[in-house]
Amino acid sequence: MDFFLEVLIGGLLAGIMYSMVAIGFVLIYKASGVFNFAQGSMVLFAALTFVSLVERGFAFWSAFATTLGAMLALAWAIERGVLRPLVNRPPITLFMATLGVSFIIEGLAQLLWGAQVHGLELGIKDEPIDLGGILLSRFDLFAAGIAALLVLALSLLFSRTRIGLSLRSVASDPLAALATGIRVQRIWAVVWAVAGFVGLIAGLLWGARLGVQFSLSLVVLKALPVLIIGGFSSIGGAIVGGLIVGAGEKLAEVYAGPVIGDGLENWFPYVLALLFLLVRPAGLFGQRTIERV
Amino acid sequence: MTTSRFSPRRLTAAFSLGLALVSGSATAAGEQYFPLQSYRVGPYAAGGTGFFGGFIDYMQLVNARDGGVNGVKLTWSECETEYVVEKGVECYERLKKGLNGAPAAATNPLSVGIAYATLERSTADRIPLITINHGRTDSTDGSVFPYVFPLQLNPYSEVSAIVNYIGQREGGLDKLKGKKIVTLYHGSPYGKETIPILDILSKKYGFAISHIEVPHPGTEQQSQWLNIRRIKPDWVILRGWGVMNPVALKTAAKTGFPADHVIGNIWSNSEDDAAPAGDAAKGFISITTHPAGTDFPVLKDIEKVVVKAGKGNLQDPKRFGSVYYNLGVVNGILNVEALRIAQAKFGKRPLSGEEVRWGFEHLKLDAKRLQDLGATGLVQTLTLSCSDHEGGGAVRFQQWDGASWKVISDWVQADRGLLRPIIEKSAAAYAKEKGITPRNCAKES
Repeated sequence: MDFFLEVLIGGLLAGIMYSMVAIGFVLIYKASGVFNFAQGSMVLFAALTFVSLVERGFAFWSAFATTLGAMLALAWAIERGVLRPLVNRPPITLFMATLGVSFIIEGLAQLLWGAQVHGLELGIKDEPIDLGGILLSRFDLFAAGIAALLVLALSLLFSRTRIGLSLRSVASDPLAALATGIRVQRIWAVVWAVAGFVGLIAGLLWGARLGVQFSLSLVVLKALPVLIIGGFSSIGGAIVGGLIVGAGEKLAEVYAGPVIGDGLENWFPYVLALLFLLVRPAGLFGQRTIERV
Repeated sequence: MTTSRFSPRRLTAAFSLGLALVSGSATAAGEQYFPLQSYRVGPYAAGGTGFFGGFIDYMQLVNARDGGVNGVKLTWSECETEYVVEKGVECYERLKKGLNGAPAAATNPLSVGIAYATLERSTADRIPLITINHGRTDSTDGSVFPYVFPLQLNPYSEVSAIVNYIGQREGGLDKLKGKKIVTLYHGSPYGKETIPILDILSKKYGFAISHIEVPHPGTEQQSQWLNIRRIKPDWVILRGWGVMNPVALKTAAKTGFPADHVIGNIWSNSEDDAAPAGDAAKGFISITTHPAGTDFPVLKDIEKVVVKAGKGNLQDPKRFGSVYYNLGVVNGILNVEALRIAQAKFGKRPLSGEEVRWGFEHLKLDAKRLQDLGATGLVQTLTLSCSDHEGGGAVRFQQWDGASWKVISDWVQADRGLLRPIIEKSAAAYAKEKGITPRNCAKES
């Protein structure tokens, strides 16, 4: 039983790490209906910029602030240079544009900071904590705490500020929001900036976990089933989806892997996601689209 | 008259000029060309920039210090593969014909996937395919694979040497009986290649072996390490690649498994594999065919002649003397020595791939030659032949102290006697499948 709990809790904590990336997707999708494939590259760019600055002698907070500035500039450039000119184009066009942006950011990151792998220490010793015979990762618990704070901060931003209110109205009906005088494009810029901030946090946590390297951009693959399960437009859904994916893949690998074969962990989340698509296409917390025909 | 503009004489002159431009200068035609299917961007760029940086810097050294190989200057060009097989094949096709009249000596893709994809093409085009420290194990049998050279160490030798080392650490191979070893391997043909050999070694020495796969790219290994914790092994052999390595070390620490009982293979042995894991990597052991460091005379020469002249290939000079860089230098030494040996037979001129192949097959690096090359301790003694395209099969072990690798063992030899029949059987099966008639190595000179 202890082993089962260890696998389950380890999976839930890993799932929260996936949610950190998924939240970046949700923010942009919620506000603009764009599935931003470049979110993984933004995570890579943020972590690589931060660690490169630290290696050049910047103090932690100074590197954090500078990287945040770079992420805001990047978000602004994407919104202004790519998405705004493509406004009112079909969703597939916008998706392809973000796919292109993803490759550009990856290339740019390596061009600017080089291709070598970097270690990133956030000062959290990743030694196991023994809770009644169950080993839990100190770092993963820390990451879960950060995720909780992030979700709380985003909830406050969206529910208690004017920008948040505007964002919710844009998400609900962009044309109606425009008619009431809300500057939709400004809201989009804000959302991209917040997504850049989320990318920075995710980049630091994933970078500390994997090392800062190109593969960071691949964590996006873990976020996709999370989004399908949780729904593309719900931050809470991203968290719940992450928990389901994390726990599901670990339990499947440990208990079904020896029977079906190793390597289950990579594709099992997509089996779950497909099942959700068949039963509940909008995901657990996503907005159902109802159209008058 | 307008027709005079197209007179046969003018046409011939224009054609000759065009031909000269296409084929390059007379000097280029007198050079030996190395086509480089390199990867400097993408997920494995750290390995690619180090390896190809070292290879290029060694060739620069030979040109600048020695005036080339017996007066034949070395030339090269790069084609970016991003470690993607299709791009690697495309690069092979683009570069195989040589450069400005300089013939291609050998290809060195440093990628199992690209090597597999270009193996038959290399044989058909008669260009040696060098897979230093990796590649297809049965290509060690040159009677079936005349153009493929897994120099120094093939995958079977790698795990055999690791088991021999574990035996040493346990107080003798007989002490392996009853021990538990887990292999944590990359979910790819490369990762799976050694499973049958480890099973054979397990039966021979009486240890229990468990094989656990990590799906590519290996960014998440919680369940694998929880399984390892349940098995409670004495040792874990890590056969990783790229991001899988630091994640393995971090997750090992997270689940309470000691790093000094994890032994990394040849693709888990660089600074880029250990350093990102931070404190979790302290004590981690790995094999190496070539230590990191800059104290070798050949490295000092490169530093003096190439790097200080501002011509070093590395973007980050701190990586000079790193594991990947030194592997590139070793690869350069082996390629250039093969060329030198082939020149002794065929003449001091640019050689065809077929002629260079002969040089590889007669490559012999003894202690004296290594000293002359300034590579004592950097390269192991090697003797290749028609039947043996590997040549060495020995490794040393190094331990990560948190900042750098320290060599902790002498050369440990693989059990090549045990492996040879398995290699021959596999090569014979390949020959049968492909309709190849193996060469009679007893009659080869």
